[in-house]
Amino acid sequence: MVEVEIFRNSASIDPQLHIWGWEIPVYLFLGGLTGGIMILTAVAGRRGAGLGLSRAMRLLPFAAPLLLSLGMGALFLDLEYKLHVFRFYTAMKPTSPMSWGSWLLLLIYPATVLLGLARLTDEDVATLPLLRSLRGRTADTLARLRAFGTANVGTVETANVILGIALGGYTGILLGTLGARALWSSVLLGPLFLVSGLSTGAAFMMLFHLGHEEHATLRRWDIAAIVVELLLLGLFFVELASSGGAKGRAAAALFFGGGYTAVFWSLVVVAGLAAPLAIEIAEGRKWLRPAIAAPALLLVGGLSLRWIFVLAGQAAV
Amino acid sequence: MLLKNYRKRYAMVMDTRRCVGCQACVLACKAENGVPHNGYRDWIVTETKGEFPHLSMEIRSERCMHCTNAPCVTNCPTGASHYSKGGTVQSDRALCTGCKACIAACPYDARYVHPDGFVDKCTFCMHRVERGANPACVEGCPTKALAFGDLNDSASEVARLLRENPPKLLSPEEGTEPNLYFLI
Repeated sequence: MVEVEIFRNSASIDPQLHIWGWEIPVYLFLGGLTGGIMILTAVAGRRGAGLGLSRAMRLLPFAAPLLLSLGMGALFLDLEYKLHVFRFYTAMKPTSPMSWGSWLLLLIYPATVLLGLARLTDEDVATLPLLRSLRGRTADTLARLRAFGTANVGTVETANVILGIALGGYTGILLGTLGARALWSSVLLGPLFLVSGLSTGAAFMMLFHLGHEEHATLRRWDIAAIVVELLLLGLFFVELASSGGAKGRAAAALFFGGGYTAVFWSLVVVAGLAAPLAIEIAEGRKWLRPAIAAPALLLVGGLSLRWIFVLAGQAAV
Repeated sequence: MLLKNYRKRYAMVMDTRRCVGCQACVLACKAENGVPHNGYRDWIVTETKGEFPHLSMEIRSERCMHCTNAPCVTNCPTGASHYSKGGTVQSDRALCTGCKACIAACPYDARYVHPDGFVDKCTFCMHRVERGANPACVEGCPTKALAFGDLNDSASEVARLLRENPPKLLSPEEGTEPNLYFLI
């Protein structure tokens, strides 16, 4: 028998670590989603800037900075010393994934906006409500940026893929480097969150009026992503239970009989991954009409995955 | 990890055989540093082992370990958590955003969120050490269970204690190389 008594009552440490609430899971979800959208919109346009893409697909790159801004808003709300938020941008610490992330977030904006501008057709500029009323210098700037984006569309697409992978992956790596928390200290979290970001990104995009072929392509990507995600989740728990020591086993136990078993298996595995996978396979084989059921479940599952991991990681010893 | 050639290497030795868990170190620290009521820069831990009636108890006064390879320094995005005099780990509250990555990274639960928004922890009372005094907890201990000094000085009490007694480290498997040694 070993009994440890700690005579301490530090805010946010005791009785269990509770430093990160809803803000961090929401950011991780929106960050992964943005990364997925960046990769998929970049790859979707390989056939040529603006040609053959539905209007929704042409405009989806603009969803990335909007979603990311929401995520960054959540991050800001999490800070205990909000007035010092600018301090993220007075230093670059190579050993801190959070520092990498804060600078990376800045690069996302020009990359995604340029991709969106490069995809716009003249008809879009003439008919879209926000763009058709632009005059004078604003219209000139828009035209110049469009020209720049179109002329360098290959580079812009590559940049979006690389930055999207970095954004999707670093959120997992950030948790993964916190070795003190047994549930989080795994390199697998990086690829897991990236693949989850791809899947939720595809799900988000499938909510819109895409072309038939675009929807089918996204669905194929999504099916592959979900399968890889399930594999990575399996590997993650195997690693935790086998090489995580006693703390690792205790952390894994939270999901196999412990307090997070019900929510994890129902919201993440069954509703968030297995059910949408089955629906999408059925849609691919034309047994079911494409509907928003699968994307909606995937989005709920993606948010649940991150929410549960962030909470459970603090609950574990 | 980044200790290189610090002129002094500050360390603390905590003799668990002398500690009675009176909390004088906790009170001394609170008084000296104005630690808020819901924050603890140091605290007492009791560890009881065995089966009744064959029990043993170890009483420890714990605080920030001022690790040589500190995960809080590695993970801090702004440089607020940094290595300082004598290889100690200090927190610059002017740089702290309150992101709490350091709290998540610390295996010893040494840090806490100050009501003013920054993350705070034990400083080894550098403001006292620079004047030639001991940290408040060391001064306050009635059983002289705590010793503080420069490990690079072979005549210091900490160096002598570590020569004569094999120390115990907390969570050595984390690779942090703590500079708070426990004698058991």
